[in-house]
Amino acid sequence: MADRVIYAMYDDDEVLMDGAKKLVSEGVHITDVFSPFPIHGIDPIIGVKHTRLGIVSFMFGLLGMTLAVIGFKYFMIDDWPMNIGGKPNFSLLENYPSFVPITFEFTVLFAAHGMALTYLLRNKTLPGMPADNPYPRTTDDRFVMEIRLSDNTKFSADELHTKIKTTDIVEIEEKDYVVVK
Amino acid sequence: MHKESAIREPLILGHKTYHDITEDVCRSIEGKAPKTWYILFGIALLLGLYGVGCVLYLLGTGIGTWGLNKTVQWAWDITNFVWWVGIGHAGTLISAVLLLFRQRWRMAINRAAEAMTIFAVFMAGLFPLIHMGRLWVGYWVMPIPNQFGSLWVNFNSPLLWDVFAISTYLSVGFVFWYIGLLPDFATIRDRAKHPVSKKMYSILSFGWSGRAKHWNRFEIVSLVLAGLATPLVFSVHSIVSFDFATSVIPGWHTTIFPPYFVAGAVFSGFAMVQTIMLIVRKGLKLEAYLHTKHIEYMNIVIMVTGSIVGVAYLTELFISWYSGVEYESYAFINRATGPYWWAYASMMTCNVISPQLMWFKKLRTSLLFTFFISIVVNIGMWFERFVIIVTSLHQDYLPSSWSMFHPTWVDIGIYIGTIGLFFVFYLAFARYFPVLPIAELKTILKISGESYKNGSAPERPTPAPVVAAAEAPVVEQVVTEAPVAESASEAKEEISEEEKQNRISSLIEKLGAGSADAKDDLKLISGVGPKLEGTLNDIGIYTFEQVSKMTKEEYGLLDSITGTFPGRAERDNWAEQASNLMNK
Repeated sequence: MADRVIYAMYDDDEVLMDGAKKLVSEGVHITDVFSPFPIHGIDPIIGVKHTRLGIVSFMFGLLGMTLAVIGFKYFMIDDWPMNIGGKPNFSLLENYPSFVPITFEFTVLFAAHGMALTYLLRNKTLPGMPADNPYPRTTDDRFVMEIRLSDNTKFSADELHTKIKTTDIVEIEEKDYVVVK
Repeated sequence: MHKESAIREPLILGHKTYHDITEDVCRSIEGKAPKTWYILFGIALLLGLYGVGCVLYLLGTGIGTWGLNKTVQWAWDITNFVWWVGIGHAGTLISAVLLLFRQRWRMAINRAAEAMTIFAVFMAGLFPLIHMGRLWVGYWVMPIPNQFGSLWVNFNSPLLWDVFAISTYLSVGFVFWYIGLLPDFATIRDRAKHPVSKKMYSILSFGWSGRAKHWNRFEIVSLVLAGLATPLVFSVHSIVSFDFATSVIPGWHTTIFPPYFVAGAVFSGFAMVQTIMLIVRKGLKLEAYLHTKHIEYMNIVIMVTGSIVGVAYLTELFISWYSGVEYESYAFINRATGPYWWAYASMMTCNVISPQLMWFKKLRTSLLFTFFISIVVNIGMWFERFVIIVTSLHQDYLPSSWSMFHPTWVDIGIYIGTIGLFFVFYLAFARYFPVLPIAELKTILKISGESYKNGSAPERPTPAPVVAAAEAPVVEQVVTEAPVAESASEAKEEISEEEKQNRISSLIEKLGAGSADAKDDLKLISGVGPKLEGTLNDIGIYTFEQVSKMTKEEYGLLDSITGTFPGRAERDNWAEQASNLMNK
């Protein structure tokens, strides 16, 4: 059987938060929330875990730094040492001060782009991707809770409707759940 | 929710809702461009095309078309490069450093300033490229395996550091800017009517949907990118200054250069932001979001960085004397009193004296004066680079080779051309891109919006409940009225039902009876929400006419009956509002 989903629309972020708190305390599992801007404090309520992208960025930074060091060690020390104004050209360590800028730039380059790419891939936001917000106004001034019936097997659809209607909603709709992407 | 101190000036003036923000920012994108836009775009395009023509002529003929000579081997090319890179510093500084410091006023300017940064760095990058003379071998700056005995680029050279610094800065700046743009493009996409623009914004928005998890990631990505971009901003102009500081030319060979260049870059960058934003806010009617306070904050940054630059100039002068190196001293004496004294004098006036005027509150809050100073600073900062570069070179160690620099039409044409191209990009940006970060502004609306701070924001209109559940609206009311109810509790005395009826009848007696049939929409009175309207109707107040008759006495009576909104009716002056509405 196709999964059904209930969309509950609110017109204020704080009202949605209060509603979410109430519903969660009653045992309703809120699958997702669509909002036009980040609602601070909603994540722990609906059980969204903190992202690990920060770690990703750190690891990409390390990768960039390593590549930079390997690169200029090979170019400048091993393969073709250049004698420039008598500056040390035979040991990586002694030559290192003039490699600091490149090390830094490469680290930042990798950390930033690595994280940004991971972010886009994980979000599935790439050029040409279809949007899957249920109502166009969720990018303007509407806040929508997505409550999937398969996540809430202990309640019937009617029970869920009643529960949601006790919060201060603007609209409520039940649909077949369609995976857009 | 986080509350901001009441004495802090609001960042968004007047009363705005989330939808108003969307409307205000999207208006310029969805509407027709005014004639002025076309005129400006046309002028910028002509200048830009002229510049492109000059670049093509230069590439076809050679670097000899510039006014360079044996003594002054570097002049306008590098001056313009450093000038543009400097301008390109404010954007990332605003969005990254001010984000780390949690400065909310950046929200009004960060998008536009970042766009300015990207276009400015783009213009800057053009100069080293064409300066190579043979643009088609430009890829030689990258360490690519080759046939020349495997000759690698020199990683000891500040010019190569520049390649890495500028390209990292440009690409990271672009990514930072674009990630912030995604949600706003999604907003425009979901509003777009025309299929072509819908398709375009759909592609540009990458299918952003605003899920909670995505926002969670969005915030951490913004924070980490800001953390990465902050040292990057400082590194870029430090590295640009190394182009000079690592040489042995008197006047260039100084350790003060990196901080001095960075301060100068921020100084000129903010000046350019002021120039552009003053036009943009006026042209796009965004005065509510970018008002005098923002301009004042930026002027303070200009004043501080201008003072740092001033101190750096004086330190440089002092050290040239104190070092006892006669070549160093000569370089500085020649700057101030030699044939280029006029350039030095313009630099000193524009960069050291003009920002000091910002100490006067009257001047730094004057928009016209700010606009004037921002242009002065930009001119001054161009002269700073010109002075550092040309005056240090033109009278070198060998007096027989001393010379002056005379720009040719190609020099001038390329410079003017980059200004033209910059504005071509900028005008296109202002027309098709959201110039304010819509999503981020919505996050500060309730914290820093004027109407939310002084409590004049109307009650959130409670949507008609789907089921007439008695408890539902009450939950919401408690939340929104919490601060008011607190003060009410002490004023409220226990009154009996009978006493209440007496008061109601005496109130209605004074105001005159109204009927539910000839009912006005009392919600139009600022301060009256649907809940309060219901209460008023229960009492028997239905029309504006009744409300307009209210005086202090009736307000008191009303407060004693409802008990929930002490002093509110009087503060919002319902009577006057009602009589205004009545006469409409």
